Amino acid sequence: MKRLLPMAFAAAGTVFLQGCAGWQSALDPKGPAASELAWLIWFFAGLCAVVWVLVMIALAAPLMMRARAQAQPLAVDAGADDRKLRVVMIAVGLTTAILVGLTLLSFFADRTLAAIGSDAVLTVRVTGHQWWWEVRYEDATPSRILTTANEIHIPSGEPVRLLLTSNDVIHSFWIPSLAGKLDLIPGHMNVLDIKADKPGVYRGQCAEFCGAQHANMGTFIIAEPRAKFDAWWNDQLQPAAAPTADEAKAGEELFLRRPCVMCHRIGGTPAGGTVAPDLTHIASRQTLAAGTLTMSRGNLAAWIADPQGIKPGSNMPVVEFSGDELNAVVAYLEGLK
Amino acid sequence: MRAVVATLLLAILALAGCQREERDTRPQSARGSGEQPTPVTTLEPGGQRPPGSDNKAASFEANAFHMSEGKRLFGWFNCSGCHANGGGGMGPALMDEKWIYGSSMESIHATIRDGRPNGMPRFGDKIPDDQIWELAAFVRSLGGNAPSSAAPQRNDDMMAHPSENRMPDAATLGKSP
Amino acid sequence: MSSADLASERAPATEREASAEGDLAPEHDGPRDTGMDDASLHGWLAGTWGTAPGIVGALSSVDHKVIARRYLITAFVFLCLGGLNAVAMRIQLSGPQRGLIGPDLYNQLFTMHGVTMMFLFAVPIVQATGIYLVPLMVGSRNIAFPRLNAFSYWVYLSGGVFAWISFLLNMAPDVGWFAYVPLSGPEFAPGKRADVWAQMITYTEVSSLAVAVATIVTVLKQRAPGMSLDKIPLYVWALLVTSFVVVFAMPAVMIASTFLILDRLVGTHIFNPAEGGDALLFQHLFWFFGHPEVYIIFLPATGMVSAIIPVFARRPVFGHLGLVLSLIAVGFLSFGLWVHHMFATGLPRLGASFFTASSMMIAIPNGVQIFCWLATFWDGRPVIRTPLLFVFGFFVIFVIGGLTGVMLASVPLDLQVHDTYFVVAHFHYVLIGGSVFPLLGAAYFWFPKISGRMLSERLGRWHFWLAFIGFNAAFFPMHLVGLWGMPRRVYTYPAELGWGNINLFISAGAILFFLSFVLFAFNLVHGALKGAPAGDNPWDAGTLEWATSSPPPSYNFARIPVVTHVEPLWAEREALPVATGLRVDVRELLISTVAEAHPDIREKSATPSIWPLLAAIAVGGTFLFSIFTPWAIVWGAAPVAITLTGWFWPKGAPEDEE
Repeated sequence: MKRLLPMAFAAAGTVFLQGCAGWQSALDPKGPAASELAWLIWFFAGLCAVVWVLVMIALAAPLMMRARAQAQPLAVDAGADDRKLRVVMIAVGLTTAILVGLTLLSFFADRTLAAIGSDAVLTVRVTGHQWWWEVRYEDATPSRILTTANEIHIPSGEPVRLLLTSNDVIHSFWIPSLAGKLDLIPGHMNVLDIKADKPGVYRGQCAEFCGAQHANMGTFIIAEPRAKFDAWWNDQLQPAAAPTADEAKAGEELFLRRPCVMCHRIGGTPAGGTVAPDLTHIASRQTLAAGTLTMSRGNLAAWIADPQGIKPGSNMPVVEFSGDELNAVVAYLEGLK
Repeated sequence: MRAVVATLLLAILALAGCQREERDTRPQSARGSGEQPTPVTTLEPGGQRPPGSDNKAASFEANAFHMSEGKRLFGWFNCSGCHANGGGGMGPALMDEKWIYGSSMESIHATIRDGRPNGMPRFGDKIPDDQIWELAAFVRSLGGNAPSSAAPQRNDDMMAHPSENRMPDAATLGKSP
Repeated sequence: MSSADLASERAPATEREASAEGDLAPEHDGPRDTGMDDASLHGWLAGTWGTAPGIVGALSSVDHKVIARRYLITAFVFLCLGGLNAVAMRIQLSGPQRGLIGPDLYNQLFTMHGVTMMFLFAVPIVQATGIYLVPLMVGSRNIAFPRLNAFSYWVYLSGGVFAWISFLLNMAPDVGWFAYVPLSGPEFAPGKRADVWAQMITYTEVSSLAVAVATIVTVLKQRAPGMSLDKIPLYVWALLVTSFVVVFAMPAVMIASTFLILDRLVGTHIFNPAEGGDALLFQHLFWFFGHPEVYIIFLPATGMVSAIIPVFARRPVFGHLGLVLSLIAVGFLSFGLWVHHMFATGLPRLGASFFTASSMMIAIPNGVQIFCWLATFWDGRPVIRTPLLFVFGFFVIFVIGGLTGVMLASVPLDLQVHDTYFVVAHFHYVLIGGSVFPLLGAAYFWFPKISGRMLSERLGRWHFWLAFIGFNAAFFPMHLVGLWGMPRRVYTYPAELGWGNINLFISAGAILFFLSFVLFAFNLVHGALKGAPAGDNPWDAGTLEWATSSPPPSYNFARIPVVTHVEPLWAEREALPVATGLRVDVRELLISTVAEAHPDIREKSATPSIWPLLAAIAVGGTFLFSIFTPWAIVWGAAPVAITLTGWFWPKGAPEDEE
C-alpha cells in the first residue's frame, strides 16, 4: 500500500503530463496569438478552479453540521434564512462581477489578437479539399505565384495573412501552437493572421468534421528565417528536376502515361492536373498525404500501392503498378526535391 | 410465427438497403484485380455461355456511393469538355435515350476504357478500372437509368440540369437499344 | 357546469354564485363523488379510469402513467444503445491507429451516439418524467390531451426504431448529430443516410412538441384548487418553462432539417452558394434550436434537484421565488446564445462578442439556483440516501461543466478549444452531470412511487460511486487531450502526438461508467421483483404525488386535493383537505383558473382510443416514405387525413349538444 500511492502518482504523471510539450498543443504556444490564448486559458482555468473549490466547500460544509430535526420540516428559522439571503445576494453579486470582468477580459483579448498580423506582408490562400490543403502563395508578380500542398512555409518572426476558403465542405484550419482556428467555408473567404516567433515545425489538423478522412487531414507550418524562406520560394517556383537515372526516367514516363497525370501537376512536364496536390517538389515535403505518413521511399511506395488501405475513402484511387513499375515511379518522385 | 415473419422482413430490408448504401473504397480487394473483358457481342455459336461469376458491373450499378464518385470524376476528368454536363456538344448527349454503342454497364465501361471511333478517347491507361466502372454507373444515371433513391443528387454548383435523382425514368423516354 | 357544484371542506376565499347556466339537465348528469364512501368511490373510479385488459386495451390506453412508463423504458433502452456506441468508439480510440473500426462505421457510430442521446434519450426521458409526475404533482387525474400524449409515444417509438434499423441497413446518418451542410448536403452525402437524419429529426420532434403542449395546458389549467402560481412545485415550474422552450425551439430544427431534405430530394438551392444560398444558414437555424435544446435537457433536471433536496434537507427549498425566476430567465436567455457554437466560422468579431456576453450572463440565473440549493443545506446535515448522493454528484460535476462553459463563452478562448475534446468534455460534464445524475437520483427517488417498491440502498451507493468515478475518469482527461490538440470526431490519431496513454485511461473510465449502468439496470430489475414495499410516502416528502398510493391508481387521487402551501403534505400533516363534486361514471377533470387556481369548470378527459396509434402509423409511414421520394407527402396525406378524422369524430356527448 505504501508503494502503491507513489506509483499511482507516477503513472498519473506520465499519462497526464506528456502532452504539455508537443507539436500540436495549445498549451505550448510558439507565436504571439497562441501565447495570448494560452495565458487566457490558464487564467480562466485558474479562476474557475477557485470558484469550483469554493462551491465544493459550501457543499461539503453541511456534511459536518449536526443533523436537522426531521419531523417538522416547515419549522424554519426566519432569522437564519435572512442571513442566508444576504450571503446568497453577495454570492450572486460576486458572480455577476466576475462574469462581467471575464467578458471584458475576453473582449480586450480579442482586440489584441485582431491586431496581430494587421501589418502582414505575405498573403497565402489556403483552400480546403477533402482531405488535403491547397496552398497558394500570392504575389503581385503573377509569375511568382506559387501553388503547393499541405505544407506551409512562412518566414519566422513575421505575421502572415492566410485567406481561407473551401472547395467542397466546411473544414477548419488549426495550428494550436500558433493561433486559434478558423473555418474554411465554401462560398466564404475567412482571414486568419498567424505569426511564429521562432523557426520550427508546427503541426495542425483540420478541426471541423469533413467526412471519411477528417482524422488524417494534417498540416504543417514550417517557419524559417526570411532568407531561407525566400530561397525556398524560389526553389519551389522552379520546374521539376528532370530525372537523370534510367529508373527515374522510366518512372517519369509511367507518371505521364498512367492515371497520375489525370489529377496531379508536375511543373515543367505535361502533367497539369489541379484536382489533386501539386507534386512538383513532393520530395521536399516532410510528410505525405496531408500529414498521414512521413516522407520516405518506403512510404511513397506504400501510398501509391494502396492508398485506400492507408486512408480509406480518400480520393486517391488504387492504381495497378507492377513491382518494377512502382519502383520506377517512386524513384522518379523521390527526385522531385 | 410472428418472429419468423419479422426476421424475414428485416432480412429483405437489409438486402435492399445494403446494395445502395455500400461504400467499398477498394472493390478490387473483394473481387480480384484485373480487367474484365467486355465482349462486343454476347452471341456465340452453340448458345450463350453463362455470365461470369465475378460481375463487377452489378456491384457498381445501383450504388449511391459509386455513382456519386462517378459524378465527381466526370467533373474532374473534364468529360464535360465534349459532353457538356450530359447535353452533348462535340460529343453526343448522354442524357437522352440514344446510345450509339449500347447502354449497359459493360458497354459504357468498354466505351470509356477503349475509346470509340469518331472521337471518344481511350481512357484505359489513364483511369483505373474501378473508377471507369464508377463513371459508367454515373453516365447511366444521367439518362434516368438508375433508381432515384441511389442516383446522385444536385451538386453544390450552378444548376445545369435537374439532378440525376430527379431525371425522368429512362422508360418514359423510349427504350434503349 | 359551475363551480357551485363542487363542495370543498376548506372553501377558497371567493365563492361563486350557483347558476343554472351551463349546468347539464339532471337526466344527463351522473353520480358525483360528494358524500360517497371510500370503497364504492374506488370501485366507480377504477372502472371509469382504468386501462382495459388485453392487447387492444394496452394499445389504446391514454393513462399518462402507462404512457410515461413506456417512454421511460424505451428511453432507457436507447440510452443503453447509445452507450454501446460510445463503448465501441472508445475501444477504437484506446490506442493510436487501432484498426478495429474503419472511418465509415466510426462516422455512423458517433453520429448515432449523438442522435440517440440527444433526440431519443435525453429529451424524451425528461419529458416522460413530466408526463408521469406533472398531473400527480398538480393534483389532476390525467394529463391534458391524453390521446395526443399517446400519439406522441408511438411517434417517438417508431422514429427511434427506424433510426436504429437504418443502422442495420448501413444507412445510419454519418454526418455528425448536427449534420452541417455541405457535408450532409446533396453533393457530399450520397445515399439515404442524411435523409434518414433529416426526417427522423422532424418526426420525433413532433412527439416532443405534442408533449410540451400537453404539459403546458396541464400546468396552467388543471391544477388543484388553491395551487396558485406561488404554490406550484419547482419541478412543475421547470417542466412548464421547458415546454415553452420546446415550443419555440423545435420548429427551428424542423425547418433546418426540412430545408436540408428539400435540397437533397427536390433540388432546391437553399444551402448552395453557387446559386445564392449559404452553408452558414444551416448552422444558424440548427443552433437556434440546438442551444435551447440543451436547456430543454437541463431544466427538468434542475426541477428534479429542487424536488429531491427539500426532502433530504428536511426543509422547504430556500429561495423559492428566486428559483422560479431563474428558471424563467434561463428559458428566455437560452434563445440568445446560439452563435457561441459558430465562433470559428468567421463571423464579425463585434457581433460574436455580444454572444460572449449573453453566454456568460446565463451563468447568473444558474448561479442563483446553485446558491439557493446550497443554502437549503445549511440548516444542518442532510439525510444521506442514494437520491441525495446523485444530487451531490450533480453539484460536483455540473459546476465543472458550467465553468468550462464560461471558458468556452469567450470567443478567443473558444477558437483554441472549439471542435476538440475539450468541448466534448464540457458538454458531457453539463449534460451527464447536469441531467443524467439528477435523472438517476430521480429514478431512486420516484421508483418507489412508480412501482410500489424500494430500490436497494446498498446497490444504489455502489452504483453512485461506480458512476461518479467512471465518469470523471473518462471525461476529465478529455479537457487535457483537447488542449493538447486532439480534434473531435476523429476515428484515429497518430502515435507520435503522444495521446495514446491518456486515451487508454479515458477508455478505461468509459468502460467503468458503462458498467455502472449495467449495475443500475440490475438494481432496477432486482427492485421491481424483490424490493421492499414502499408505502405511500417512504421519504416523507411534501408534494402531492406522495398523497396517493404507490403505485398510484389509474385515477391518481380518490378525491381532488385542495392546496394551501407549496409543500402540501408538510403543511397538512393530519388530513389533506379535498374538493368533491366530480362525476365518477365518466372521465371528468377539474379545470381551474390560471393564476389563483380557483375551481372553474368540470371538463371531460378523453377516453382510451386506438386512433392515436393508427394516426402515428399513418404519419410515420408518410415520413418514412418521404425519405425516398417527396411524393410521399401527397400519397401519405390520405391515410393521415383518415386517421385524424377517426380520432376527432364527435362523440355526440350531451354537452356537445347543449
